[in-house]
Amino acid sequence: MADYKMHIMVCGGSGCRASESDKLTQNLDTALQKNGLEEDVQVVTTGCFGFCEKGPVVKILPDNTFYTQVTPEDAEKIVEEHIIKGRQIKHLLYEDPNAKELIPDSKHMDFYKKQVRLALRNCGFINPENIDEYIARDGYAAIGKCLSEMTPEAVIEEIKESGLRGRGGGGFPTGLKWDITRKSEADQKYVVCNADEGDPGAFMDRSILEGDPHTIIEAMAICGYCIGADKGLVYIRAEYPLAIERLKIALDQAREYGLLGEDILGTGFNFDIELKYGAGAFVCGEETALIHSMEGLRGEPTFKPPFPSVSGYNEKPTNVNNVETFANIPVIINKGAGFFSQIGTGSSKGTKVFALAGKINNVGLIEVPMGTTLREVIFDIGGGIKDGKKFKAVQTGGPSGGCLTEAHLDTPIDFDNLIKVGSMMGSGGMIVMDEDDCMVAVAKFYLEFTLDESCGKCSPCRVGNKRLYEILDKITQGKGTKEDLDKLRLLGNVVKDTSLCGLGQTSPNPILSTLDNFYDEYLAHVEDSKCVAGQCKALMQYKIIPDACSGCTLCFRNCPVGAISGERKSPHFIDQSICIKCGVCYEKCKFDAIEIV
Amino acid sequence: MAKVKSLADLKRIKEEVQTKIKLRENSDRPEQVVQVKVAMATCGIASGAKETMNYIISELEHQAIDAVVTQTGCMGYCYAEPTIEVTLPGKEPVVFGHVDKTKAEEIIEKYVKRNELVDGIIPVNYKSI
Repeated sequence: MADYKMHIMVCGGSGCRASESDKLTQNLDTALQKNGLEEDVQVVTTGCFGFCEKGPVVKILPDNTFYTQVTPEDAEKIVEEHIIKGRQIKHLLYEDPNAKELIPDSKHMDFYKKQVRLALRNCGFINPENIDEYIARDGYAAIGKCLSEMTPEAVIEEIKESGLRGRGGGGFPTGLKWDITRKSEADQKYVVCNADEGDPGAFMDRSILEGDPHTIIEAMAICGYCIGADKGLVYIRAEYPLAIERLKIALDQAREYGLLGEDILGTGFNFDIELKYGAGAFVCGEETALIHSMEGLRGEPTFKPPFPSVSGYNEKPTNVNNVETFANIPVIINKGAGFFSQIGTGSSKGTKVFALAGKINNVGLIEVPMGTTLREVIFDIGGGIKDGKKFKAVQTGGPSGGCLTEAHLDTPIDFDNLIKVGSMMGSGGMIVMDEDDCMVAVAKFYLEFTLDESCGKCSPCRVGNKRLYEILDKITQGKGTKEDLDKLRLLGNVVKDTSLCGLGQTSPNPILSTLDNFYDEYLAHVEDSKCVAGQCKALMQYKIIPDACSGCTLCFRNCPVGAISGERKSPHFIDQSICIKCGVCYEKCKFDAIEIV
Repeated sequence: MAKVKSLADLKRIKEEVQTKIKLRENSDRPEQVVQVKVAMATCGIASGAKETMNYIISELEHQAIDAVVTQTGCMGYCYAEPTIEVTLPGKEPVVFGHVDKTKAEEIIEKYVKRNELVDGIIPVNYKSI
C-alpha cells in the first residue's frame, strides 16, 4: 500500500458537485499522474464540508489549507504550485468578509471555530463510498460493542441517559421511544429512518446521507437490536439521487463485510435494510403519513394514538427516527452517555445541525452545541448579513416555525427556549432575513408552501390555511383592515388547535409569530397602506424627487413601459397609472433621485 | 473481501485501515502532535529538502510517532538549507539548519524522542504572524 504524504480532500456533496467538483477530482488525478505524484498524494472525494457558500471546496492535508470556489481548471495549478512547490494559491484562499484578510487554513476560519461536529463528524473527512475509512474512524465499533457487551436494555438506558431527543422536529426523547417499541409485543417489528427532509432550505439529512451513509446503517442496526427488529427501512425522497446512490453503495459494502445480513459479527443477530422512495410530499415527514406512503397507500396522516411504536408499518410496532438522530447514536455508544450529555443545555443535550440560508454571508451547513445563541450562529459562524445590511429576523423550524427578531438574538438555542419565544427547533432550517424583507410577505410565502403541501384530509388544515392565505394576500394588496389582523390570529389558533397532524398544528406559526414580533409592520400595511421593506408592490410607488433629478433621461430611456416623461435637463415624472413597479429606474438612477414611498 | 465474523475481526480491520487516514486525524489536531515544516523554496529543493522531507515522513511513520509534516516556502535561511522547523506539542518552534538525512535522524532520535537539544539550531529573531 502506498503511503500518501498528502491528501487532497474534494467536497463531493450535491452543492459542490453541481459546480463540477467531480470534474475537478478527475483533473487533480490527471495532474498528479502527469507529475508522477500519484503515489504520494491521494485525492479523496468526501461529503459536505458545510461551507457551501463558496463551493467547490478543497482542503489540503496535512497543512489544512482551505481553498474555495475551485474550478476544474485550477487543478493543474494546485498540483504544480501547492503540492510541488509548497506555495499557497492566494486567489483560491478564503477571504474573511469582515476582516478582509486571506485565511490560510481551516483552523483559522470563524466558520469552523465554534462548531462541534458529532453528527457531521465524518462529513468532509472520509470518503463516503469507502467502508474501510468509516471503520478506521471507529465505524461499526458501536454495533460491535452493543452486540457483544451490552444487553438491549443497557443500550436503551445509555441512550436515555444521554438525553438525546429526536432531531426531526418533535424533540421526543429517543431512548424512551426505543423503550416503548421494545416493550410492544409482536412477531415482527421495524426500524424506520425518516429521510424525508422537506423544509424549504434544509439539507442537513441529505448531507449526512451523502457524507457518512454508514453511520445511519450502523445506528439503525443498533436500534433493531434494542427493539427486537431484524428489518430496517429508509424512507428517502427520490429527489436525493446522490444520497440514494451513496446509501446503496454503503448497503452493498456492509452486506459484503457481513455487517448487515445474518449472524452479524457472529452474535446471531440478523438485520437488513431496504430503501423506500418518497415522491417528495412534505406531509410524509409526519410519521404516520410516512408509514402509509411506505405501505403503498396515500401519504395521509392518521390520528395518534396508536403511535407507530405500538402499531406502525404493516400494523407492527415501528420505531421511526430521523437521520440526524441516528447519526448521533454511534457517538453515544462509543463515547458514552456522559460525554454526550455534558454538551448542551439542561433539557437539550448534544449538538444540532443547522442549514444556514437566506441573507447571510456564509450559507452552509453547521453543527453547534445546544445552547449556542442565535447571535453566535448568525454573526460569528454565519459571518453576518450580506452586503452590510441590517439584520431583521431569523426564521427557524421551517414552515412550522416562527420568525424571531433582534430581541431574541441572545437566546440560547434549544428545544424549549425556541418554543418559549414562539418558534421551534424543527429539523434545523435557519433562514436569515434583512431589512429588505417584508414580514407579511414572508408569512405568506410559508403559508403558500403549506397550502401546497396540505394533504387535504382534515378541514381545518385544508380550508383554514386557504382562508388564512387569502387574508394575507389581501393585506399585501393593500386591501386589508385592522379586523383582518384579529381574524388572522383567531383563525390561526383554530387551525393550530384542531388540525389532525403536525403539519396543520404548526402551519399558522409563521403568521402568529410575525403578528407577535412584527405587529407594527402588519399595521402599516392595513392602516397606512405601506410596506416598510418595499416588497409589496401594490403598496409602493416609485417617485422622482424633482430637486435631485438632473434630467439625464437615463430612467426615461430604460423604462420598459414608457411610464416616465420629462424634458432633457429638467426633472422627470413617473405616471403611476402606467408604472409596473419593476424598479429599473431606481437601479439605473445615478443621482439617488428616485425614492420608494 | 472476507466477511467480518467477530468483533476481533472488526478490530483487526480497523488497525489495518487506520493508517490510511492517520494523516487526516493528525492534521485535525496539529497542536497535539509533532509538527515539522520543511522549507521547500528553490534553494531548499536544490539542497535536498525533498529527500530530507521524504526521509522524515517515512522515519516518523516507521517509528509510529504521530506527526504532521508539511512543506512551506522560503524561511530565509538560504545559507543553511535544507532547513526545518520542529514544534513539539506545547513547545515553541525550533528551527534547524543543514538538515540532511544524518542530521534528520539525529533530530528525531534526540530532540523529538528525548527532548534533548542538538547542534545546528538557528536562533529565530523575528516573530511570524
